[in-house]
Amino acid sequence: MAKVNIIDTTLGNVTTPLPGDGVERIDAEAVNSKENRSLYEARKKIHPQRATGTFRKFKWIVMIITLGIYYLTPWIRWERGHGLPDQAVLLDLANRRFYFFMIEIWPHEFFYVAGMLVMAGIGLFLVTSVLGRAWCGYTCPQTVWVDLFLVVERFFEGDRNARIKLDASPWSSSKLYKRVAKHTVWIVISVLTGGAWIFYFADAPTLLSDFVAGNSAYVAYATVGILTATTYVFGGLLREQVCTYMCPWPRIQAAMLDEKSLTVTYNDWRGEPRSRHAKKMRKDGVPTGDCVDCNACVAVCPMGIDIRDGQQMECITCALCIDACDNVMSKLGLEKGLIAYATLEDYEANMALAGAGKHISEPVITPENVRDKAGKLSEKVSSFSPKVFLRTRTLIYLGIYAAIGIFMITHLTMRDRLDVKVLHDRNPQFVVLSDGSIRNGYEVKILNMKGEAQQFLITVGGLRGPLISEAGSKGIPRNWLATEVQPDQTRAIKVFLTMRPDRIFQSSTPFTFTVSQMGSTDQKTVKTIFNSALEN
Amino acid sequence: MADREIDEATGVETMGHEWDGIKELNNPLPRWWLWTFYATILFSIAYMIYYPAIPLLEASTPGISGQTNRTALKAEIAEADAAKAGLVKRIAESNLETIRSTDELARFAVAGGASAYKVYCSQCHGSGAQGGPGYPNLNDDDWIWGGDLEAIYTSIKHGIRNGEDDDARDSLMPAFGSDEVLELDEIRQVVQYVLQVSGQEHDAERAALGAEIFGDNCAACHGDNAAGDQDIGAPNLADAISLYGNSAERLEAQIYNPQHGVMPAWQTRLSDETIKQLAVFVHSRGGGE
Repeated sequence: MAKVNIIDTTLGNVTTPLPGDGVERIDAEAVNSKENRSLYEARKKIHPQRATGTFRKFKWIVMIITLGIYYLTPWIRWERGHGLPDQAVLLDLANRRFYFFMIEIWPHEFFYVAGMLVMAGIGLFLVTSVLGRAWCGYTCPQTVWVDLFLVVERFFEGDRNARIKLDASPWSSSKLYKRVAKHTVWIVISVLTGGAWIFYFADAPTLLSDFVAGNSAYVAYATVGILTATTYVFGGLLREQVCTYMCPWPRIQAAMLDEKSLTVTYNDWRGEPRSRHAKKMRKDGVPTGDCVDCNACVAVCPMGIDIRDGQQMECITCALCIDACDNVMSKLGLEKGLIAYATLEDYEANMALAGAGKHISEPVITPENVRDKAGKLSEKVSSFSPKVFLRTRTLIYLGIYAAIGIFMITHLTMRDRLDVKVLHDRNPQFVVLSDGSIRNGYEVKILNMKGEAQQFLITVGGLRGPLISEAGSKGIPRNWLATEVQPDQTRAIKVFLTMRPDRIFQSSTPFTFTVSQMGSTDQKTVKTIFNSALEN
Repeated sequence: MADREIDEATGVETMGHEWDGIKELNNPLPRWWLWTFYATILFSIAYMIYYPAIPLLEASTPGISGQTNRTALKAEIAEADAAKAGLVKRIAESNLETIRSTDELARFAVAGGASAYKVYCSQCHGSGAQGGPGYPNLNDDDWIWGGDLEAIYTSIKHGIRNGEDDDARDSLMPAFGSDEVLELDEIRQVVQYVLQVSGQEHDAERAALGAEIFGDNCAACHGDNAAGDQDIGAPNLADAISLYGNSAERLEAQIYNPQHGVMPAWQTRLSDETIKQLAVFVHSRGGGE
């Protein structure tokens, strides 16, 4: 890297000249550092500095993708024809349908959604066991929106030092302008965020014009209002407190890490003993680690912690400290990765190599141990190997994840698009007609889950000479009944079944209704009973 | 207070008492909590002014909103009535056959009729319209006064033998026994004949005698072949359905001293639209002609 931009000095309040190594030492305090943590203290505001580097770039990309998915998905069209909604992703609560591109889910198929949630859960286990809190650091909406809000904050108020200064300065017209502008843009983003949500539940273009014209349902405005408020409060005001105090995830995820999970780690086996005057001390022959105590990692941290204190619950593994530190290391001509993704296993092996105890509290580190004669990192240093991905635990998670996924996809492709339910009349159980024959009533519900109107044939099996007629129809009863069901609709048909008394031998005769789709092999058979006054 | 004690670890004042070495800190309530609490107090005052709240001897304070459960219910009923007003109007304007054959109207009429049936009719005809001795089963295809839409509508509108409606259905079967028109043995022969024509076990010899007596005394109303006459409300005796039971004893009792059912004229209590809906509902039960 040609020019390392550790701090934007035009905005900074740098009063001391840069030390000999050209790395500025930032006067940053980790407000949530272990030492400062107190139950009795009010929250101190965190002013994360802008980071640059690989992970920051990656996070920008993730942010664009995730926000893009969120805002644009409701506007994707998907032609279904026949008066069905043409929105690709739609949770149609009023009509109780869930559309997802070519998939349409009826209420009784909602277990697919349950299956997806189970998969999401297992997927989270899998990602966490491999990559630690990757969800928190990259894709969690809280992280993404806070990032977005920080961009706005930085645009109006400048970077870290300028913001600290602004906070401390008395009110002025310029401060007022900056604050008003920042909060206004935040609120606009919040309204857009809350607004996008409702488009998943109704036809987006119609809803948008109705919403703007004031014709939408009360619940639409209430939803947007609530989500606007939560977005603004969580993203603008509460920020890291949501992760630390409100979210149960960090506590669950932290419990799922093991010694082979990759987490953001400060490698004190090469960083310690740290010194602000490393160059001079090395010259004097004092053993000195790579950390020059520049506090760049602290300044960029959105959670206000010092990663050099070791793994902490507050750390969302956003990896911005890695970017900050790598920039410094490049500038110093040292290997990147003083702060890096590392497994606990590698870390402990390297700590042992460096001569320290297993714990950060026994830091007797000899920097020479990890470096060879040329001053490069020794070959004995353990480093990341993709092999850690393949271990029993991750394979089990992957197996369960894949099994559920394959089951669901198979089930989805083979699922019936015809369902039939039969309800026998209970009051009266049967009716004696003037010629002595017995009539039973049934409600036959045909669920046509296809996108076209279908003709169905209802027939009866297991009875001798049954006559079927549709209630209210004047047609002559036959041993079959034809009916049409509109696309994507359920039709309930009241059916009468009449039997001559000499063909009934039981008080309750089991039989079946079969509903067949004409011009297709689709059919469904349902068991029910025929009641009569006979005693047995 | 003089004995105010400050806890060393937290710098917070204690409550000044101690149990087994445990002292309680006197932390102030969180500010947000306190303000929420004050807000709920303000809310409750506003609520008591706006809504009925304080119970007095006879009623509660009315509140400036005038809101009561009764008015809310009335408003909801009015809203529901308004919602179905269009269909009700169409029911009123359409004839029965149009209602029955128009899917939308038929659905509405059957649902509305079912609901009215439960309130006004089920006490006699049963919750499933299955009837009982003396109360006709409305599901079957045997009709005393006719089973087409118009006939059902007329029966509901004017009622039967109620003495309050000039157009009420009316018929009277003589008491052949108690008025000594027929001898008991003759009645029993007629019973055998009725058992014969309704396809039940009977004494053929006595039935033949009964047929003659039937021809002289009963056929005028019930018809030569005992098939009844819906115009005058004479039931069909030659089928499997009998209003008062088709055993020999029940038939004998009914000839000896007949029972006569009564049905109110519903036009005095129900709107014409409701009666139309009831007619369509009854017709839809499976026996409608």
